[in-house]
Amino acid sequence: MTDGGRKKVASALAPLQLSGEHHLCPGCGHPVAWRLLLEVIAELQLAGRAIGVVGHGCYTNIVQLADIDFLQCLHGRAPAVATGVKRVQPEAAVFTLQGDGDVASEGLAEVLHAAARGERITTIMLNNGVFGDTGGQMTAASVIGQRTKTSLDGRDAETHGYPVPVADLVASLAGSAYVARGSVNHAGSIAQTKRYMKRAFELAVGGVGFTFVEVLTMCPTGWFLPTADGPGYLDGTFEQTYPLGVLKDCR
Amino acid sequence: MTARLLQGSDAVARSAIEAGCRFFAGYPMLPFTDLLESMARLMPAVDGVCMNAESEIEAVNMALGAGAAGARAATGSCGQGIALMQEAIAEAALNEVPFVVFNMARGQQDYFQATRGGGWGDYRTLCLAPKDVSEAVEHTQLLFHLADRYRAPVMMYGDYLISHTYMSVEVERRDYGPRPAKDWALDGRRGGTGRSRQIWTWAMGKANDPGPGPDRHWQRIAEKFDDMGRVESRWEAERCDDAETVVVSFGTAAAFVEQVVAELREDGLRVGAFRPVSLWPFPEAALAEACASASQVLVFEVNAGQMIDDVRLSIGRRIPVRPLGRVSIDFSGMRQGEILTVPWIRDRVRAAVKEVAVK
Ligand SMILES: Cc1ncc(C[n+]2csc(CCOP(=O)(O)OP(=O)(O)O)c2C)c(N)n1
Ligand code: SF4
Ligand SMILES: [Mg+2]
Repeated sequence: MTDGGRKKVASALAPLQLSGEHHLCPGCGHPVAWRLLLEVIAELQLAGRAIGVVGHGCYTNIVQLADIDFLQCLHGRAPAVATGVKRVQPEAAVFTLQGDGDVASEGLAEVLHAAARGERITTIMLNNGVFGDTGGQMTAASVIGQRTKTSLDGRDAETHGYPVPVADLVASLAGSAYVARGSVNHAGSIAQTKRYMKRAFELAVGGVGFTFVEVLTMCPTGWFLPTADGPGYLDGTFEQTYPLGVLKDCR
Repeated sequence: MTARLLQGSDAVARSAIEAGCRFFAGYPMLPFTDLLESMARLMPAVDGVCMNAESEIEAVNMALGAGAAGARAATGSCGQGIALMQEAIAEAALNEVPFVVFNMARGQQDYFQATRGGGWGDYRTLCLAPKDVSEAVEHTQLLFHLADRYRAPVMMYGDYLISHTYMSVEVERRDYGPRPAKDWALDGRRGGTGRSRQIWTWAMGKANDPGPGPDRHWQRIAEKFDDMGRVESRWEAERCDDAETVVVSFGTAAAFVEQVVAELREDGLRVGAFRPVSLWPFPEAALAEACASASQVLVFEVNAGQMIDDVRLSIGRRIPVRPLGRVSIDFSGMRQGEILTVPWIRDRVRAAVKEVAVK
């Protein structure tokens, strides 16, 4: 389309996305993951069945910006809340959207129990290794060596202990049907992550069991890096601790 | 329907199911445990769900999820378990998700916990304290009605004597009129239509349909609780009209006080009994009126002195308000404690009446 000589993109909006203000930083990886989530919901024709349960973090903003039902719940408790939703709305496609602080730190018990019970829900964990929303402190998922405001010289196992690989823990439980870890820092990994999410939704909605997709996302602000360095930092550090791929597939 | 001899927990569970409760989640803790067990036994027959949750935090958040999805939902616990639930009770008050919390307490020391809450923000928890099993059966249905009506979590303050006592009761459905439409509940059906729904304590709304935002949302909720405070207080006053001494007590302890008052009246003492049936809203005006002719108020509660604050707020400094009891006892089922007996209370009330007469 042209308008007075200037070129306009017809629509860059993802399906189900509402245009409006957001408060995310330039270079943030979360919106890429949001987009994949919304595309998957639209492509699987789940828009009229989807209920999202969202934790506390920078990604919470999606509650305003996507045209599906959302319940914004307490920090860490989304899998328990989603359990209540799903048990009384068995036909709904119920998912949680949470961060690493939300899942690995505050809500580790909730996600593991939901997985062990085999709840027919999908948890998407956006892992940037930091409490982004509160300004860059160490989470249980921060990687060794990572500098945060509460691990100024880098996370050191001696002092701070080791990162918690939530996806591996979930995969070890009999109730989980599918577990994968993707990232959103390159075109290839973005496409791959979308395939993971799609399968995760299919299996949970199909009643097979609990499904979990961890998505490594960039947080240049919380990593104290120039915006453009986010994707490379993710390759060099996070993927060493959190290797990408399918950890478990029931079939 | 005819009366049946039922254990309190079982009767409450049946009453909840009659009220349409189809989701229950709990974590064992005496004396709440029996209610969880009854629910686990009874829910399958009505295609309901009973979750043996992995913690009280999970239980209350599950109930919140089920309530948000439109079901009549409930949870429960006592003491430390209710403490763990406070975060989610407050959250539900502020995002307006109804469910019922059955607080089968280990005594009366959790009055503050029940009426002041321990969660965040400006909220109140409507709380009814039945004096016996048959009233608990009635309150159960009323609580589901009030939760839906006000879109708020509400609480029953029960205890061991409610949950474990057998009583002959009728459990039948009570009619509170048509249920309010849950046109706010999440079912996912409006996704992609521009009218999808949102439940959020901040009430920001959607980009295409902005909500009021936290300040105005919380202001409205505060006004809602003010309204509830004005119209939902419940009480019982026995022989207060000409009473010189009014004894205030709540829950199962009030049944003992009732007996004491009856006996002392036979002896010619002008005593009356006042019982707040709702702990919040506390029936302040009704209590002040009941004490109009009294020269003293005695507060019998099985704790170190908690409800007495509300009594003082209601009465002011006009006449002395004095505590009886002043000890917490554990009546989780292991023991009853010493003071919850008619003779103990009667002796203390008689002594207090004499003291005033001497002055
Ligand atoms: C009970 C509770 N504790 C702490 C907070 C403060 N808080 C809000 S967001 C957040 C961090 C979220 O981190 P994460 O889940 O990793 O999301 P990110 O912002 O990194 O995307 C915290 C700690 C809270 N909201 N509730
Ligand atoms: S702080 Fe990090 S996670 Fe939050 S918006 Fe900024 S870049 Fe994204
Ligand atoms: Mg994070």
